[in-house]
Amino acid sequence: MATIDVPNQVSFVEDAEALRKACQGWGTDEKTIISVLGHRNAAQIKQIRLAYEKLYQEDLIKRLESELSGDFERAVYRWILDPADRDAVLANVAIRKTSLDHHVIIEISCTRSPEELLAVRRAYQARYKHSLEEDVAAHTKGDIRKLLVALVCAFRYDGEEINARVANSEANILHDAIKDRTFNHEEVIRILSTRSKMQLLATFNRYRDDQGTSITKNLLGDSDAAFLVALRTAVRCLNDPKKYFEKVLRNSIKRIGADEDALTRVIVTRAEKDLKEIKDLYHKRNSVPLDQAVAKETSGAYKALLLTLLGKED
Amino acid sequence: MTKITSKVYINVGRFGVSMAPFLFIALVILRLFLSTLHNSKTKKMAHPADVQLLNKALSGIGVDEKSLISILTKTHHEHKRFIRKGCSQFFIEDERQFERWDDSAIKNLKVEFKRFKDAVMLSLMHPWERDARLLKKALKKGPQLYGVIVEIACTRSSDELLGARKAYHSLFERSIEEDLATHVKGTERKLLVALVSAYRYEGPKVKEDTAKSEAKELLQAINNRDKRKPIEDEEVIRILTTRSKPHLREVYQQYKKISGKTITEGLEAEILLKETIECLCTPHTYFTKVFETALREDANEDDKKALTRLVSTQEAGNLKGISDKFAHKIEERVKGAYKDVLLGVLAKGQMSGQA
Repeated sequence: MATIDVPNQVSFVEDAEALRKACQGWGTDEKTIISVLGHRNAAQIKQIRLAYEKLYQEDLIKRLESELSGDFERAVYRWILDPADRDAVLANVAIRKTSLDHHVIIEISCTRSPEELLAVRRAYQARYKHSLEEDVAAHTKGDIRKLLVALVCAFRYDGEEINARVANSEANILHDAIKDRTFNHEEVIRILSTRSKMQLLATFNRYRDDQGTSITKNLLGDSDAAFLVALRTAVRCLNDPKKYFEKVLRNSIKRIGADEDALTRVIVTRAEKDLKEIKDLYHKRNSVPLDQAVAKETSGAYKALLLTLLGKED
Repeated sequence: MTKITSKVYINVGRFGVSMAPFLFIALVILRLFLSTLHNSKTKKMAHPADVQLLNKALSGIGVDEKSLISILTKTHHEHKRFIRKGCSQFFIEDERQFERWDDSAIKNLKVEFKRFKDAVMLSLMHPWERDARLLKKALKKGPQLYGVIVEIACTRSSDELLGARKAYHSLFERSIEEDLATHVKGTERKLLVALVSAYRYEGPKVKEDTAKSEAKELLQAINNRDKRKPIEDEEVIRILTTRSKPHLREVYQQYKKISGKTITEGLEAEILLKETIECLCTPHTYFTKVFETALREDANEDDKKALTRLVSTQEAGNLKGISDKFAHKIEERVKGAYKDVLLGVLAKGQMSGQA
């Protein structure tokens, strides 16, 4: 469930005017920016941008980029982008890192719906004049490339039907690959990158029933083995995305100073989706509410925005 | 009659039989005999022409419905028997003294009659459904039709290919890549799955440097083909299945510059890769080849089916020059309603330059 708190009545023109006012004069009224943008959903933000453009003949995003800075600016920028565009930007940032950030690519490909992933690919092309798979392929090699390109190109069937026979045989294939650690990568990649999500859940459940442990536990190994890590990330994203996101948040909060990117990314991309459940999971797991943990590790406007997106009342 | 009877009177002893009735009967018999002679002569004269007409109407691509109608509506029982005896490519003498259809001829006719129906159905179908069904059929039939998968994946626009994937979900309740990955076992799997999954950038922007370096990589892979098959080369797959078409056409040009040959010349042995490159970089050459193969004397059924497929799936504008080149052959080899459809669609392309 979404965590953001959106009022019943919204006037896009008024919002645009308020934002304009917040950017005028010395300094920036960050509080207003947060109180407006932090309480609007993606569709509304799109309308506000249009209204702003019409009123003032400039791009709201460009204006905010010039007014704001640091973690706050990055968070605002990601929040007000259209979701598909946002994912495209996140993907590109991940690709251009000196060591390509595999888990962002995997996260985007595996936790978005088939139609959403398609929208991301279109948005990526519009922005960067290359296809997403082109850039991922050109910046990776070997088995990682095979896995990532396959995941990014997948257009999975989105129906509920599952085939129990297939679940059984593919659970066995996965088991053999993991057990032998010979990793018949082709078959593993095939299964993970082509099957529908419901089918994969059935397969993972079958695996757990047969082996007594979840498949993700059996994929633990050297964190040096990049392919193994990537495989594990993919399985976790496909198997239980909320649990995956909770872990990303947990790790990023522990390493604050090193991973605001992940913190921002998860909160911004899940706020309208399932951040509520992720919050509950976090609380259960860590005995402390997520809001509290975030408040402890962050500060200033950045902190205020994150807390607003987490649903905190003003 | 009584006058004759009274004049002709032969004394044959006690019975005194009149000659006239005999004469009368003899005359009647003679007349019947002569007329039968005349009839069978005319029947015999019609047969060879009709035999030839039938042979012509049923040999070729499609069937000549008009000729068939003319034969069927004016022949009768005896006539048909002589046609059966005359058309040895369709009928054989059974040991129980009757002429029967040859089973393989029945099979062929089924196929030829079906051609028009397939053209109608395929042409009316939504392009997405069309491509989804063609992909499924090709996958089911196996390696000899993998070229169709390449054709569809490489000659459709990015959104058309996406649409085909969506339609595949609707029709078969699975994704095409799922089915491909499960059923294609050999080295072609990687290529085919990647081709079908691509969502290529369609803008004109091309980086010459990248094209140059990728042309070099292709050249290297092709030069090494004795040590490792190009279809198993990671870089070859990456370049061919992720780069945009304008980019690949630039790569094609650069390759020619640095090696003096075209990429396809170096890939003679790798049919699937060769067709991939043809469809992506020189589609016109590919279409011409398909037409040529389909219209040859020794074309097999898969070759001929390509005609229906191409004509109902490609914008007629893409086939423009091709129909001129093959107009004569089409007149010769293709028959009936099917021919009219073929020529009609190709002509539409000539006139407006677009479908």
